[in-house]
This record gives sequence, structure tokens and C-alpha cells, in this order.
Amino acid sequence: MTKSDILLDIKGLKIEGWSDEKWHPIIKGVDLTLRRGEVMGLIGESGAGKSTLGLAAMGFTQPGCRITGGQIVFDGVDMTTLSDAQKRRYWGNRMTYVAQSAAASFNPAHRLIDQTVASTVRFGISNEATAKSDARTLYSALNLPHADTIGDRYPHQVSGGQLQRVMTAMAMSPRPDLIIFDEPTTALDVTTQVEVLRAMRKIVEEFNTAAIYITHDLAVVAQMADVIKVLRFGHEVEEADTRTMLAAPKEDYTKSLWSVRALTKPERPVQENILSVRNVSASYGKVPVLHNVSIDVPRGSTVSVVGESGSGKSTVARVITGLLPPQNGQVMFDGDPLPQALKDRTKDHKKRVQMIYQMADTAMNPRQTVREIIGRPLEFYLGLTGRAKDDRVRELLSLIELDDRFIDRLPSELSGGQKQRICIARALAAEPELIICDEVTSALDQIVQEGILKLLMRLQSELNLSYLFITHDISTVRAISDHVVVMQLGRVVEQGTKDSVFQPPHDPYTDLLLSSVPEMDPDWLSNLKLPELT
Amino acid sequence: MTQTPDTYSAANEKTAFAAERTRWDKAKIVLRKSPWSARFGMVVILAYMIVGLFAPIIAPYGEAEVFPVPFAPWDATHIFGTDQIGRDILSRLIYGARNTVGIALVTTFLSFLIGGGLGLVAAINRSWIDQVLSRGVDVLMAIPSLIFALVLLSIFGSSAVNLIMIIAVLDATRVFRLTRSVAVNVVVMEYVEAARLRGEGLGWIMRREILPNIMPPLVAEFGLRFCFVFLTIAALSFLGVGIQPPTADWGSMVRENASLIQFAQYDLKAGLTPLLPASAIALLTVAVNFVVDWFLHHTSGLKDTPK
Repeated sequence: MTKSDILLDIKGLKIEGWSDEKWHPIIKGVDLTLRRGEVMGLIGESGAGKSTLGLAAMGFTQPGCRITGGQIVFDGVDMTTLSDAQKRRYWGNRMTYVAQSAAASFNPAHRLIDQTVASTVRFGISNEATAKSDARTLYSALNLPHADTIGDRYPHQVSGGQLQRVMTAMAMSPRPDLIIFDEPTTALDVTTQVEVLRAMRKIVEEFNTAAIYITHDLAVVAQMADVIKVLRFGHEVEEADTRTMLAAPKEDYTKSLWSVRALTKPERPVQENILSVRNVSASYGKVPVLHNVSIDVPRGSTVSVVGESGSGKSTVARVITGLLPPQNGQVMFDGDPLPQALKDRTKDHKKRVQMIYQMADTAMNPRQTVREIIGRPLEFYLGLTGRAKDDRVRELLSLIELDDRFIDRLPSELSGGQKQRICIARALAAEPELIICDEVTSALDQIVQEGILKLLMRLQSELNLSYLFITHDISTVRAISDHVVVMQLGRVVEQGTKDSVFQPPHDPYTDLLLSSVPEMDPDWLSNLKLPELT
Repeated sequence: MTQTPDTYSAANEKTAFAAERTRWDKAKIVLRKSPWSARFGMVVILAYMIVGLFAPIIAPYGEAEVFPVPFAPWDATHIFGTDQIGRDILSRLIYGARNTVGIALVTTFLSFLIGGGLGLVAAINRSWIDQVLSRGVDVLMAIPSLIFALVLLSIFGSSAVNLIMIIAVLDATRVFRLTRSVAVNVVVMEYVEAARLRGEGLGWIMRREILPNIMPPLVAEFGLRFCFVFLTIAALSFLGVGIQPPTADWGSMVRENASLIQFAQYDLKAGLTPLLPASAIALLTVAVNFVVDWFLHHTSGLKDTPK
């Protein structure tokens, strides 16, 4: 190995961020070496500094951050010594960036192909006509449909997965030496994610581009990276090549990341149905969304509803809660029919069914403290006030493994996992029998997810709660469900106990969903043969 | 920073938790970072408030006290001279702070009560009520408000109460539009849905779930609306249908002394007299706008880091 093989060499990098009137360390002295054509996976929970490090590899810091020490040597030049104008000659030219949310990163007013070639043309790497024909080649290399014409569309005219691939093409267009991928598939459905991952890996290999791949999903990083670096609290935990890392992680922290996927649920005795959705059809205006959907939830058990976006799984929750009265069919709760519209339901109906949302950020009023958020249902449903209410809030906090310190905090002063726990406490405060969990863990890091799932399971066995668990994440379903309902395009495709759904033979759609879930095996993507959907 | 244990615990997750501070401490930090323009504005507003509140103590003479010499020149007894019937200009300026600013403040509060309340109802309800209110507001806004105010004032007569009511209602249309448009973005949030699922009533959702989250734009708008109301009152007074004599008011003071401006070539100070109430109006307007600009910048969440 010669020295010129090394493309990027970061030494002792320290970055601080400005918040709350002080500088706080974000990256506390990290080394990183990347060779030409090598893909490094950066993993860690949120707050680990992985995105900050990824951006710093380009010599860039977000507003409110500063580099306080160390070197970032890119191809022999120390980026920390360059002015912004000098750095701009590298960005979009020799180093490019693929952001998490493609939908938010494209300019909606320009055609895709114009945005794809913009920096290539600006740097004079090639003229516009050549760059555009190259872009079309890239589109087809990335398996985009209608590669010749898709570039003439506007961002809103293509799907999220396609947009993410167009962004990869944009990053590849100037033939950079280094690409930074910042959680590029986190916002995508599993079946789309597989497509995007394949396309990215193929193109990175084809042009021998070095890349840094940032994610919190281990199975994804296992497919993409040659080397994995684990970060935590701004420190490096360990680094090793992918196979070694997967087979034999050294540090306890890394092992705990690996163990998340081993979560399983003990069998629970079958009880009578608490909720049954009977032949429900529903529509938004004239657009039909649900077709003849029937789902049963036995008391004290977890029923998972899986499907991709647009499958109607969240609409099922809206029908059950009364936000969307169905056109046909009925929702039975504890043997009695529930009034269809929310306004016809009694306080008791509302109390017995509670809901937890995907985005804890938007599910809690940012101007209310934890005390008010959890206290309100106590006051509203149970008539608790003053001391009694306060004591119960504290009890609930300890039930969700948080303590008194949190009682006067605002949602913005909590981490993602803590926010979701407060939402759980708010639901528990009403002393419900059924909780609808709408994608409650999908916005969270794996290790935090595990914590939340364990908490939900513990609460279920202590309080005999029933969950209707809406998710697109198959590994979560494996971990916590008793029953599984697979939905596609507003219909129930398959349902039954977890074992019966996950054991073959499957419905073809279930088969596609199951086989699209990345596994912790570096060869998984290469060996994958996806079933054809008819 | 404390050493974090290797095992996972929810209470130890990394948060953006700031040190415990009292509201007073937070206010001090914010004030320390304020730009000079905002500080200037705050000092001016504070000065106006003091002058307005303590007018009888500060003013050398009474509001309607008539002296024998009309249009007296600037001298030791009457610092800014006297007006067309011999009232002390300085005293009337000081009382004017109380009357003009006080009425403008009451009017703005009232217009926010009407416009804000209806705007919230329209945003939450989104049914025919929203349609009726919004189209009604469109009709009111289609008529130039100064002319509309003139018409209404001549119908109902120009008492202080009528003045307040009419300007408040006309101004509430703007407040309604703003409140409705910022509130519809909050109404779709999941915490509002959660409150609805809980079975909360309209009043709770309006006051507790939505209002606290739309306060920053409303407070900023309050400052600007106050300026406009204040200018409208001054304009109406200038036209003679606003605050009626002998109550001192800046707008009518400009009108009453306007003719003095032609004597500027003989006595510069006399010529400046009508400009005094006019600059009092201008200064307050500028000061309020400085503060509002800074407040908007502060609440927009743009980070200003030390260089």
C-alpha cells in the first residue's frame, strides 16, 4: 500500500457546537483514513456526531459549529487551512454529498437533469450536452425507469426512491473522488431501499469512488461498506473491516448494537377480542383507501399491521379512532359497536383507546412541559388535580424509566427516545385498554428502538394492554407481535399468527416484503433474488 | 460533561437540555444580545410609557388650560409656545402621549381580541363558518379602510368609544387573516389531533394547544398593527373626525398648528411647532418597528454564533 492510495486522512479532529450560550464538544478527536475506492460505514446513535464527521470530511461545518483542532487532509491538501472560496472548488467537483431527504434537497422549480449536471457544467468538467448524455447513462446504470426522459421531469413528478437515485446520479456526475452518503435510504420503504442500495453500490464499484456511508441501520451498512467505524458521543468506539466487525465485535457497546435484532417476545395466552374491525371500507373524499378490511385484536396481545406507504395502514388507525368514519363496516370494541364518528363517542370510549404517534416531536405541544402533557389526561379523564395529579405524573415517569428531573422540561429538551416515552406515558395516563402505535419506533435509532419496544412489552405484561402496532419495519414485527396483518393498497393481503405469516408459503407480496429486509450478512445483497410481483 | 455508562438507559440519552434558568435570567441573556436598534426602540417606548402614565405630574400646565396669548413664541414660560387659542404646546404634547397612545393601545387590543378569536375559530373549524368569516373579511378589506372609517364615523359620530370600536373592527380583518393563516399550520399538528381524540373542547384547543404556538407572529403583528392604528387615529384627528377637542392629541395638534409652518421664514422655531407632534408620532413608530424587527429575528430561530 503506497501513500498515494490514501485519499482522505483525518487526524485528531475536534469540532464544537454552539448552544445554550456555550461551546460544546461534538467530535472529540477522531481519526479517519479512507483509501481510493473504499467505502466506509459510519454508524452510531443520534448525537454520536456521525453526520458532523461526514460533513467535516468535506471541510464543511454546519452553521453554529466550528473546527477547533486536527487536520482534514484530502488528497494532500489540508481542508482546514482553506478559505471557503477555495473549498468551494472541491465541493460539487471532487467531493459530493447525498442528503437524507431527497425531496427536500431538490429545487422544485428546475428539471431533474438540469440539477444533475449543474455543478459538472459549472466546473467545466464537460459541456452541457456531454454532461446530459452522461447523466442519462448514469440514470440507466441506476436502474431508473425511462432513463432517457426521466431527467425532463420535475422533482414532484417522480417517487422518493427515484429521487434518491437521481441525487446519487447528481453526486456521480462530476466523477468525484469522494461521495458522502448521509442516511440516504432511511426515509424509504424496504422494497425501495433495496433498489436504491443496489444502484448505489453498483455505481460506486463501477467508478472506483471512495465513499463515506452514514447510517444507523447496521444491516444496511453491512451491504455497503468495506470498513465500519462505530462512533459514540463524539469518540470512535472501534473500527474494523465489515466481515470482522459483524462476526466478532470487540467492544461492549458494539455488541449491544448487534443484539437489538435478537429481541423476541414470549407467548401470551389467547384472550377474547377487545377490538374487531369488521369489513371496513373507507375513502378520503372520492378516493377509496380501504377495501373490506377486517382485523381482530385479542385482549392483551400485539397485532402488527405491516405494509409500505400508501397501503392504508394509518387509515385503519384513523377509522378506529373515529377521525375518519368508514363508509361500510363496523368497529366493535369489547363486544359493543363503537359510534363511527368521534363526536358521537363518549368520554369513556375515548379514554379506552389511546394513540401514540410516529413523530413524537409533532405529537407533543412544544409549549407544554412534561407535567402538563402527562397531567392533562389525568385531569381530563380521571379528575385528578393538585397533589394527586402530581404524584401520579411522577409514578408514570418512573413507569417509563424516566425520573423526576424530567417533570418540568419542554419537549425540545428531550431526546428522541425520551420524547416517545413521554408520549407513551400520556397514553398510559388515561388507563386505556387498547393503544394504537403508529410507526412509534421508525424515527428512532436502533438501540433506542429496542428500549422502547422492551418498555412496551413490559407494560403489556404488567397492565394487560392490547396494541395495534402499525409499522413498515419487519424486524420490529418479528420482535414484538403475536399476530400479523399484511396490507397492500388498502386490502389485507395476509393475516394470522406471527409464525403462520412468517413461515412459507407466503402470499407473493408478503414474500417480497420479507425478502427485502436487509440482513446482517455482507453477501446478502449480492445473493438476493427478489420475487417477481405479478 | 459526565461520563456516560456503557449500558443503555433512557434517562441518559443525549439531549439538548439547557441549564435550569429562571425566566428573568433568560430575559437577561436575550437582552444582552439585542442590537442597538432594539435597545434604542425599547428606551423610546419606555419613555413614552412613563410620559403617558405620569402626564399630570410631568406637564407644566393643564391639558386644556388657555393662556391669554395665542401662537406665543418659544420662551421660558411656554417652552414650545402656545397654540391657536393659547394652550401650552408642551403640556398638550405630554397629554397627547396618554390620549393618542392609550386609545391606539386599547384599539389594537380590541382588534386582536376580535380578529384573533375569530381567526382561531375559522382555522379550527374549516367548515362554513370559515367560509362566512373569510368572505366577510374580504368584503370589509375591499373598501379602503380610511374612507370606510370616515363614513362610519360620520354616521355614528366621533366619540372616543366609536373611534375605538370602528378602527378595531376594521383592523381586526388584518388580524383575522394573519391568525387564520398561521393557525391552520398548527391545527394540522398531531398534538392538536391528540387533543381532539382526547375529547377536548374548542376553548381548550384554541387557548392551550394553538395560541401559545402562534404567539411570536401575533406579538410582532401587534407591534405593527399598533403603529398603523396609531397612524390611522392621527390621520382621522388631522381630518377632524378623530379625537375631539379639548382632548390633546398629536394628529389634531398637527392640523391646528399646520398654518404656522408658513411663518418658518420669519421665525424658524414657530415653523417647527407643527412638526413636534408629527415627530412624536414618527419616533414612536420607528421605535416600535425596531423592537418588532428584532423580536421577529429572535423568534425566527436563526442562530447567531459569536464570530
